[in-house]
Amino acid sequence: MLAWTIYLSFAGALAEALLPKGKAALARWLALAVAVAGLVLAVIAFATGFGRGLNVIVDVPWVPSMGVQYMLAADGISRVLVLLTGLAAVAGVLFSWNIDHRTNEFFAFFLALIGGVFGVFLSFDFFLLFVFYEIAIVPKYFLIAIWGSTRREYGAMKLAIYSFVGSAMVLIGLLAAYTMSGSHSTGLIQLAHAHYPVSFQMWCFPLVFIGFAILAGMWPFHTWAPTGHVAAPTAASMMLAGVVMKLGAYGCLRVAMYLFPKGLDPWGFSFLGIGSWRDVFAILALIAIVYGALVALVQSDFKFVIGYSSVSHMGFVLLGLMTLNQIGMTGAVMQMFSHGILAGLLFAIVGRIVYERTHTRQLADLEGMHLSKTLPFGAWAFVIAGMAAMGLPGFSGFVSELQVVVGAWQTDPWWTIAVGVGIVIAIAYTWRAMQRAFFSDKSPSMHELAGEHGHKLAPITWPEVTGFTLLAGASLVVGLYPKILLGAIEPAIRTMIAGGIR
Amino acid sequence: MNYADLFRATLPETALEIAALVVIVIDLTVLRKAALRARAAVAALLGVAGCVAGLWMLQLQGTAGFSYGGALVLSGGGSAAVAEAAILVLTGLTLLLLVDSTFTRHVGEYVAVVLMAAAGGLLISAAQDLIVIFIGLELLSLGLYILTAFAKTSGKSAEAAIKYYLFGGMSAAFLLFGFSYLYGLTGSTNLHDIMQATLWTNIAQSAMPLLYVAVVMITAGLGFKVAAAPFHLWAPDTYEGAPAPGAAFVASVSKVASFALLIAISTAALHIFDNTAAAAQTAAHGCAAAAPQYLGFGSPWFTILAIFAVVSMVLGNLAALVQSSVRRLIAYSAIAHAGYILIGLAYFSYAPRSTEALLYYVVTYGLTTVGAFAVVDVVEAATGSDRMDAFLGLHKRNPMLAAVLLVLFLSLAGIPPLVGFWAKFNLFAAVLEVSAGVVPFTLVAIAIAMSAVSLYYYLQVLKRAYVMPSIEESPLRIRPATLIVLVAVALAVLLLGCFPALLGGWINGFFPAI
Amino acid sequence: MNGIPILTLLTAVPVVGAIIAFFSGRHARGVALITALVALAGSLCVWMQLPANGSIGLVERFAWAPSLGIEYHLGVDALGALMLVLSAIVTLMAVDASHRVPHQPGLYFGLVLLLEAGLFGSFTALNFYHWFLFWEVSLIPAFFLIKLWGGPRRGPAATQFFIYTMAGSAALLVAFLAVFFATGSMDFIHLTAMAQSGALARDVTMRLGPVMPWLAIGVLAGFAVKVPIIPFHTWLPSAYSEAPSPVTMLLTGAMSKMGVYGLLRIALPIFGPQIAAMRTPLLVLAVITVVMGAWAAAAQKDLKRIFAYSSVNHLGYCLLAIFALAVPATSTMAHNNQAAALNGVILQMFNHGLTAAALFWFVAIIQLRSGGLRGLEDFGGLRKAAPVLAGLMGIAMFSSLGLPGLNSFVSEFLIFRGVFPLSWEAASFSVLGLLITAAVLLTIIQKVFSGPLPEKWASFPDLHHSERLALAPVIGLMILLGLVPELILHSVNPTVVNLLAHWRF
Repeated sequence: MLAWTIYLSFAGALAEALLPKGKAALARWLALAVAVAGLVLAVIAFATGFGRGLNVIVDVPWVPSMGVQYMLAADGISRVLVLLTGLAAVAGVLFSWNIDHRTNEFFAFFLALIGGVFGVFLSFDFFLLFVFYEIAIVPKYFLIAIWGSTRREYGAMKLAIYSFVGSAMVLIGLLAAYTMSGSHSTGLIQLAHAHYPVSFQMWCFPLVFIGFAILAGMWPFHTWAPTGHVAAPTAASMMLAGVVMKLGAYGCLRVAMYLFPKGLDPWGFSFLGIGSWRDVFAILALIAIVYGALVALVQSDFKFVIGYSSVSHMGFVLLGLMTLNQIGMTGAVMQMFSHGILAGLLFAIVGRIVYERTHTRQLADLEGMHLSKTLPFGAWAFVIAGMAAMGLPGFSGFVSELQVVVGAWQTDPWWTIAVGVGIVIAIAYTWRAMQRAFFSDKSPSMHELAGEHGHKLAPITWPEVTGFTLLAGASLVVGLYPKILLGAIEPAIRTMIAGGIR
Repeated sequence: MNYADLFRATLPETALEIAALVVIVIDLTVLRKAALRARAAVAALLGVAGCVAGLWMLQLQGTAGFSYGGALVLSGGGSAAVAEAAILVLTGLTLLLLVDSTFTRHVGEYVAVVLMAAAGGLLISAAQDLIVIFIGLELLSLGLYILTAFAKTSGKSAEAAIKYYLFGGMSAAFLLFGFSYLYGLTGSTNLHDIMQATLWTNIAQSAMPLLYVAVVMITAGLGFKVAAAPFHLWAPDTYEGAPAPGAAFVASVSKVASFALLIAISTAALHIFDNTAAAAQTAAHGCAAAAPQYLGFGSPWFTILAIFAVVSMVLGNLAALVQSSVRRLIAYSAIAHAGYILIGLAYFSYAPRSTEALLYYVVTYGLTTVGAFAVVDVVEAATGSDRMDAFLGLHKRNPMLAAVLLVLFLSLAGIPPLVGFWAKFNLFAAVLEVSAGVVPFTLVAIAIAMSAVSLYYYLQVLKRAYVMPSIEESPLRIRPATLIVLVAVALAVLLLGCFPALLGGWINGFFPAI
Repeated sequence: MNGIPILTLLTAVPVVGAIIAFFSGRHARGVALITALVALAGSLCVWMQLPANGSIGLVERFAWAPSLGIEYHLGVDALGALMLVLSAIVTLMAVDASHRVPHQPGLYFGLVLLLEAGLFGSFTALNFYHWFLFWEVSLIPAFFLIKLWGGPRRGPAATQFFIYTMAGSAALLVAFLAVFFATGSMDFIHLTAMAQSGALARDVTMRLGPVMPWLAIGVLAGFAVKVPIIPFHTWLPSAYSEAPSPVTMLLTGAMSKMGVYGLLRIALPIFGPQIAAMRTPLLVLAVITVVMGAWAAAAQKDLKRIFAYSSVNHLGYCLLAIFALAVPATSTMAHNNQAAALNGVILQMFNHGLTAAALFWFVAIIQLRSGGLRGLEDFGGLRKAAPVLAGLMGIAMFSSLGLPGLNSFVSEFLIFRGVFPLSWEAASFSVLGLLITAAVLLTIIQKVFSGPLPEKWASFPDLHHSERLALAPVIGLMILLGLVPELILHSVNPTVVNLLAHWRF
């Protein structure tokens, strides 16, 4: 049944593409219907699959001569991320309600992206996973390049090139894994049982890991992320930060770490205290956490603040993966969900609720607008989302970050110090952005005053309220009752750890 | 000599030649006074009919091939049959493009030349003998020179043709030179005999340099045909100058035929690994009982191919980055694609796995290119230019055309689920299955990295079609014949990408099961 | 878990009220009043249902995040229940005092109720995780209440308040995470038991090295900011004076108690030996807080600032007692002294909450009539114009300075009664604070209510009926508790005994 999330999305994309031009309302409702259907399927699958292990949905030969299977399956991790995708998709459609330029094409690309993302999370065949992974990349380019804002063509191209360099690395890894396995199959499970020699895993693991991690925004390959996010239209940056970056992290976990667990073993020598790929990636993740937060602290463009905060938050995911213990990896998957929801929400607020009304994202300009009074919904939505993102207890961010911190502690106490620094800076930049954008007391200049009287900010519309409620509610529910997700993630991680990841 | 056998082995060629004659006769007699469009339609349809007949004949001729004096001259079945079928289909598609073109009034002659050149292509696909190869190549090449020059009012066309002709003549000379050395060294014109002789019997040590000269000359001559760097110089000019249907023919049919020839040569080179022959050879030379299926860098032939491959991939992709003419862009990307394919040839196994992967790639590449030139043709007809900026706002002027362009270019860039991705994956997997050493891995890594680069220039065109603001917004019409080609190609690219086993299974059907 | 999860429901009441208030615009005050009344009834209900032996009752406990070993664990003893009642009373007073909210009333009352929810939650949580959640949750509405409805310099005041408290929270969080890493538990009861058996210090030292004193300092720092202890107090005067008066009532009446409560529920039980080791410097800080708080109050000219500093002074007594009793009890006598001091602390928390909130309410009433003026020198002879106001505010001020017969006397007496034998030096110095406070408050009475009535205040309106009606119960409660402290003490005393039995210094 879960497979229908994929088919529905692609069918929706096709239908949107064939829709006659000028039927913007129809296009919107159609997209919403498709997204909601996807979400409903995801929720049902999540609920029915709760507490169950791997659930194979489809498994038929696709290219028998190469041993490629069309195998869709879902374990706890997949179900959680599919749920995230469903939520983000609905919210993305809602926050794109005001797009009236080439509406049907927009939603066609959007739904194609969603379909690809669903596909990646459900694929249990490396080849199939790669196919969906690439399918998800192309629509992003067009979404950003056509409907984006600041330097959109540059941002889109940068994103596309980075993505493809990453996927080229993954493709090399795929070919290598396939030919070295001797099992004549590209199924993840078969490949995982291939017993690759350690020397092979030692070079193939980092290749595939970095290939995926580029999309997860790993420092220093993160530079596409802020520019891409800033250039993207709201829904696209929501999907980018919310879901697409998770594709990378998911690939790191599901493919790189699952297939090449020995690649994480010590090299046998150490250089500056770094003795394995695991140390390397953990340190890169730590740098991302601190560096992303520091850079976010000094941005003058509101959206860049959120863009860099994504880099920082994704650092938690990668760090959690590198802890290689139950709690840290569970935390990493939690953080994928949490950041997916919250980054989407923040981008929605900045890109849709604020920017579409004020037409500026410069904090200096927003200071004079007294948005807490003129746009109270936006202000309070940001307060809630910001608090959640900075890891306030009661929201999903706290639970996930706590787990990552605990996992990191169990692995190497020094890691936690860097994480702590990152968390403190996160509070600072969120606070700074909030203060300056919404609650500044700076009196407006005469010019701005005149402008303000000239046009009132457009009222908040129902899709915005609905979208906000959906995402903030999800974060709150998970924050207040994390067992909902933990019950699904923990057994899956336990299985993976038992399967060789140490 | 059994003429009945020869006739049977050349049935498709015969069909094409007859069709060519019929077209000329009808065009010059019955339709002499008819309107140009009607003549073009009739000529093209007759040509297509000839291709269909050729396909039918292909079915009839069986897999026996044609031998003379105990040596195989024309092979039947196997890779030759696949290549021939592909050539016939692609020729048919390029002929359909003519219906809507206006570059010439001599449509009958045009179709006749196309069909005859295609016959040359069929010939070299099956050829197993140096003489036949050369004749086939000349038949094909002369046709191509004429096609390139066919737009008589266009200076570019003439320039391209003369360049093509000069380069082509020179490369033919190289090839012939190489062939003559081979013959001198081995005393045979049959590929298999030559290979046997060069590899396993004692060529005098002093004669070895001559063999190397011969191999270099031959690879140079064939490298010219497939537009591999550094023998690619003709390609951008020809692609740019030739009339679009002609360019499509050059880019697809001639590619398929030339690669089929390379496959034949490579197969012959590895013929010693034929199960029966291998046993005899291991007994005679004391090689390991389990002979490898691959010669690797032991053979200069494969070394040279690998070098050509790298140079082509890098040069083709990098040069394509700076093009502003879409035709030249396609030309440079063709060079790059030739590079990918050459890796497959450099790591070639006697088992049908490699042949299958190579043919898959060449055939699907030819198909996609025909579609790409069809798009360029439509845009050019409307705007008079093939500059990238001519594609501005294409999605508004004709969403259908833009969508086809999207599918084709993304396929060329190797994006799943389009056929280009599967072709690449299949090819590289085949390479690594032959040998998983450091060198093949490096070659494949370069190829994949370069195809990531290639995305950039394909996106440059797509960006103009979809993203950038349009200058001209008047709708752009596609005529029905072109539409058929476009839709057929786009659907094929999409379907074969989603169900790669369809084409793969069909190709495998031509090889005896191992 | 038994039957109705009354504590969860109690916390949910203001949350629901807040959501309704957000959307009810002009009627938000009514919504808030009703909610606050319901919450008060609920908290009294909790108070009634306390177990007689002073142990923790009304426990709710179930697994919450099993992988982290975190449970949802709620429960109250008399200490917690008393704080619930106090929070409910102060919130009701604050809502009552918020007559004119200049803008966005829905948001204002919603935030007030959220703050109440935070208070309820933090006074009932027995697991660090949830406790910290509510601790932070209460901070955010407070910040916005100051930021959006405060006085002219509200921006910096709010930011300062937030940063100080946040920094304190961070120190707390780090310390507790360290404890969690070492022990795998965040449960207060469990950690208390571990501390009592010495397992906690052993585990932490084994896993993390000799960091136990630093963890204690981290935890103390978190609470020191909240209470506050001088020198961590500098956020307080500007926050208290810039906040709208009803918010100041909440800040001083209830939120400052979170700090004291934290010391009693968390710092002393879990880090007892470490605090005992630092007892002398801590006592010095407590004495400084008492004396300097009073002294600073004497130097102010602004009524709100005076009461702000006098709040510092009053809570200083609590700190004094808490640090003084952090010493191993060697005899029954010493034990009795500890019990007296602790009884005093708990009672003082309640009394100060009530009195300070009332005082700020009076300031709000005066400001309402004076057009915003609240300087000490701005008034005079108001007793003539507004006798009822002068009388009632006088009672509140006398309560504050500890006049026998009023509530604060009992608690301060108990504190000094306990502290003298435990540390006579600290107690003696602190008496100085009592004297200065008395002087300050008498000065106010003199300057504001006595003397000649200036012309411009001739028509200073007295309290009208609704205000009298609202204030009467508060003043009545002060008198009642001054006369019959047993009302509270009979429940508090068993808890005190129970607490002391579980503490180890």
